[in-house]
Amino acid sequence: MCVALPGKVIEVNKEKALVSFEGNQVEVQAGLVPVKEGDRVLVHAGCILQVLKESEAEELEQLFRELEEMQAL
Amino acid sequence: MDERTKQLISFLKNYDGKELRLMEVCGTHTAQIAKNGIPSLLSDKIRLISGPGCPVCVTVSGYIDRLIELAKQPDIVVVTFGDMLRVPGSRVSLAGAKAEGAKVRMVYSPMEILKLAEENREKKFVFAAVGFETTTPVYALLVKQAQQKGLHNIRLLTSLKTMPPVIEWLCRTKKTQIDGFLAPGHVCTVTGTELFEQLARKYEIPFVAAGFEGVQLLSAIAALVKMQGKGELKNFYPSAVGREPNIEAQNKVDEIFDICDAAWRGMGVIPNSGRKLSDKYRQFDAGSEFLMEDEKKNKACACAQILTGEKRPEECPLFGKVCTPDSPQGACMVSMEGSCFHSFESQK
Repeated sequence: MCVALPGKVIEVNKEKALVSFEGNQVEVQAGLVPVKEGDRVLVHAGCILQVLKESEAEELEQLFRELEEMQAL
Repeated sequence: MDERTKQLISFLKNYDGKELRLMEVCGTHTAQIAKNGIPSLLSDKIRLISGPGCPVCVTVSGYIDRLIELAKQPDIVVVTFGDMLRVPGSRVSLAGAKAEGAKVRMVYSPMEILKLAEENREKKFVFAAVGFETTTPVYALLVKQAQQKGLHNIRLLTSLKTMPPVIEWLCRTKKTQIDGFLAPGHVCTVTGTELFEQLARKYEIPFVAAGFEGVQLLSAIAALVKMQGKGELKNFYPSAVGREPNIEAQNKVDEIFDICDAAWRGMGVIPNSGRKLSDKYRQFDAGSEFLMEDEKKNKACACAQILTGEKRPEECPLFGKVCTPDSPQGACMVSMEGSCFHSFESQK
């Protein structure tokens, strides 16, 4: 029940939003964080919890850089 | 597999320093670590422990018993996430009670209760409101909307918990000896990392906020290995997690829920580690206070020691014998986020 899935906002209608999960469109609640069309979001238990800031690929790049910079034992 | 991932795996496999006990406290991390076979990619000197990160696994039997009592009343329907159905109460689970005639419905989102309550005004719907900081904002939205719609037939039986106090409990207790934490990923998307940063400094234990893909988890584990002994937090999941909380969600939660003491399966009552409906919203409560009873269905069940990392699932005398996913004796074997469930599945 702790699962959250990333999706993309297709449409916002007041406190509800239509989110696409790899093509599957689901209506979810949008009252916990401001969202707009096109946002990548994290959805948990039928509600948008957070807007995702960057792409996974960019994040992974950054993460590898940081790991390399950390002093090895 | 790209070169850097290979290097990462080689670093983790060949690590030969101090023996490390690293704990994750997020059910989805538990599930993803198992799914990606991560333990097999680590040196024997790195032990991963599943902590109390699965909301279902830390729910006490007194709470399940109360849900069952409610579901047996003629005008009440208990509504729940699927994971809760097979968690043993002191006598029977919700699924068992349903077979005996209790009224129990499963949903994917708590918001589904609004429609049920609107269409069946002669019945009362009680939601089994378990969860951490991730799910509590959803319940806050639900209560708000129930109030706006004038639905007086919705109640919550709350067993809501907050992560920083239980992690502090684990940092303090001598029994567990944790050398690093993967901070609870989804919880952090709501709370931000600052509270965990404070714990890292206070107890000089490293924390890493991690994503859920295999490489993200491996990187976070490698970071914890490199950070050993340092009271710092690194955020390896910046796309979803910030230092600050999700203020909008936090404000909604603070408006509707007060902080309270909470009972954790195996750990007892931890002060200020829970949330309950505030006086202003008490009319939505289904009698959630004083559900602290934590009676085992099977006395030999070691869920308590497994949740705190004192024992591995295989060290429980029931594991794989009388306790299996088909016939769970403890909550850790029920939930798909439970450590016994995953240990059992990976040994098949």
